[in-house]
Amino acid sequence: MTDAAELQRRTAELLAAHPPATTDRLDFLKARFDTGLAWVHYPEGLGGLGAPRALQAVVDAELEAAGAPDNAPRRNGIGLGMAAPTILKYGTEEQKQRYLRPLWIGEEVWCQLFSEPGAGSDLAALGTRAVRDGDDWIVNGQKVWTSGAHNARWAILIARTDPDVPKHAGITYFICDMTDPGVEVRPLRQITGEAEFNEVFLTDVRIPDSRRLGAVGDGWRVAQTTLNNERVAIGGMRLPREGGMIGPVAKAWRERPELRTHDLHQRLLKLWVEAEVARLTGERLRQQLVAGQPGPEGAGMKLAFARLNQEISGLEVELLGEEGLLYDDWTLRRPELVDFTGREAGYRYLRAKGNSIEGGTSEILLNIVAERVLGLPAEPRTDKDVAWKDLAR
Amino acid sequence: MTDLLYSEEEEALRAAVRDLLADHCDAPGVIARTESDAPHDLAAWKALADGMGLAGLLVPEAQGGQGATHREVAVVLEELGRSVAPVPYLSSAVVATEALLECGDEELLGQLASGRAIGVLAVGLHRAPGTAFPAVRLESGTLHGELTGIADAVAADVLLVPAEDGGLYAVDASDAALTPQVSLDATRPLATVTLNGARARRLGDAEPAVRRALRSGAGLLASEQFGLAEWALTETVRYLKERKQFNRPVGGFQALKHRLAQLWLETVNLRAAARNAADALATGEDVDVAVAVAQSYAAPVALHAAEEALQLHAGIGMTWEHPIHLYLKRAKADSIAYGTAGAHRCAVAELVGLQAP
Repeated sequence: MTDAAELQRRTAELLAAHPPATTDRLDFLKARFDTGLAWVHYPEGLGGLGAPRALQAVVDAELEAAGAPDNAPRRNGIGLGMAAPTILKYGTEEQKQRYLRPLWIGEEVWCQLFSEPGAGSDLAALGTRAVRDGDDWIVNGQKVWTSGAHNARWAILIARTDPDVPKHAGITYFICDMTDPGVEVRPLRQITGEAEFNEVFLTDVRIPDSRRLGAVGDGWRVAQTTLNNERVAIGGMRLPREGGMIGPVAKAWRERPELRTHDLHQRLLKLWVEAEVARLTGERLRQQLVAGQPGPEGAGMKLAFARLNQEISGLEVELLGEEGLLYDDWTLRRPELVDFTGREAGYRYLRAKGNSIEGGTSEILLNIVAERVLGLPAEPRTDKDVAWKDLAR
Repeated sequence: MTDLLYSEEEEALRAAVRDLLADHCDAPGVIARTESDAPHDLAAWKALADGMGLAGLLVPEAQGGQGATHREVAVVLEELGRSVAPVPYLSSAVVATEALLECGDEELLGQLASGRAIGVLAVGLHRAPGTAFPAVRLESGTLHGELTGIADAVAADVLLVPAEDGGLYAVDASDAALTPQVSLDATRPLATVTLNGARARRLGDAEPAVRRALRSGAGLLASEQFGLAEWALTETVRYLKERKQFNRPVGGFQALKHRLAQLWLETVNLRAAARNAADALATGEDVDVAVAVAQSYAAPVALHAAEEALQLHAGIGMTWEHPIHLYLKRAKADSIAYGTAGAHRCAVAELVGLQAP
């Protein structure tokens, strides 16, 4: 077992062999990947050492102290948080060797082609078709809410390969080349004014069978790995006290006494307490993970943060009074990064509306908690034994 | 770093307390006792205090206690909340004990720690930490006056009474007139304490002792409230899986599933807040904020859990026979005990610099 001391020794060796001050950024990241210090819980040869995941913090702390460049993880959140664990679990040896290294160092950014106009909460009803043609698949359909598609080199894609079986059984998981001439990315403008998302039109996109992930027809199971990691990524951020949306409101309250009213004070205190308690719940969840006793609390974190972000940012706009009537900028832009707490109160308020929709709506997540955590009966199903082609749409 | 988990020893302690309460505090027995002349289950108290030594958890070994911390006390209180046990644990082993620890009174500490005596701080249950509290007159070494709303006073052997000279005095319960008040929560009954020239022994200054006692009481009450909320959620989920209407288990209706999932979220949050308060009390770090946050959050959740349990059990939940009313009454009384959530939010405002207009 690789322990903390061993990781510190290897990190020191990496830093000695490739001094950050005199090494090209990408060269350093490649060297870090090749010495297994990229994500230490991954296997040897794929950027890791098969070490406990919690020990990554040891490596990160040493590298940060030495001024080493990082892999700009926020630029490739879908790649790192969702595509990588899925490739690791279901990819062939060739696929893992081909994709994980450029993904981790950030040379190749990934996006996710899952949701469709007709398949939102009911993702398994998706209609994008993939038809076998020799050694290739020909893909036609439309995807939506695709964050970062305009920057992405690759996409994880689920498509229907068999319309004659019930919906969950006829899906296959692919890796899609975003430079294929049949891929058209159009910005999708949202209520904030910017276009963080895209619509992606797929017209006769040719995907070699070697870019299939998992078995034909097994795509739904493969996608569960992706989706479970998404919810961890969205709800699991570590925060100091006042670290989230509550921070700017508390700051405005302290600095601008002229804005204070008794009503706002009561509401602010209630939300401040709720934000602090949600932070403690997140901290407890992390302590459970480190202790090797993962609990079901993770299922609730995203629900809690979605509601809090919405209520807190709504309070902030109201607190600002006259200024709350203004908005910083409605210009259509295509941001490279998404920052929920970035920009001004009006943006935060509007952007937070998406928190209870993206990555599973709060209503679906409440069903998941009720069924998987509390063991209550599942929703009645009318689509389980019906071929996908015969479903109502 | 705050430790929000339970240790193996704490889980073992929980299992032992749960076993003991299963033997002593079954629901029909607790309901019957609320209508009797003996509201406290002194057999259960003896088993907890004398048999298991739990009354002395907060008292150092040198003073006759177990030398444990608020973390273990919190685990005991979770279990007591789960069974709405009518024992004076919070009153004697936490609140009175903390007051005596502040005063440094070895003799009484030893008696309370061993369970030989039950101590009660004669401050109304509704008083929040750091707020004013009534005191009685001191005349030529004896105490005169009346104090109301004193929880568990009828079970007390010794009362800790604030007097107008700023001192905290020990009074033998047999020297006081204790008049039970008909209480919303009959499992933590209130009484009026009347002193008519009662002999008293000065223990120390009342203000710091009462502040410390009520702060611990408030912080650890959150663990009792968590235990209560968890019982209400677990029992309601169990019942709704069994109960059938419209040819389906009632728990399969989405309107009810979402309410229970929401309650689960709140309960999970409450556990984190309560563990944080218990750990802060144990380590002495960030105590005031941790206690105020826990008590700002705990009462509404415990009450919501009990109220949802009643509504989702529907008709049977309205009956005297079903124990839900014990939990509802305890949760409602707890929402006033040691300061309301609103009072604790005001404390948060002071502590973190979010001043009122």
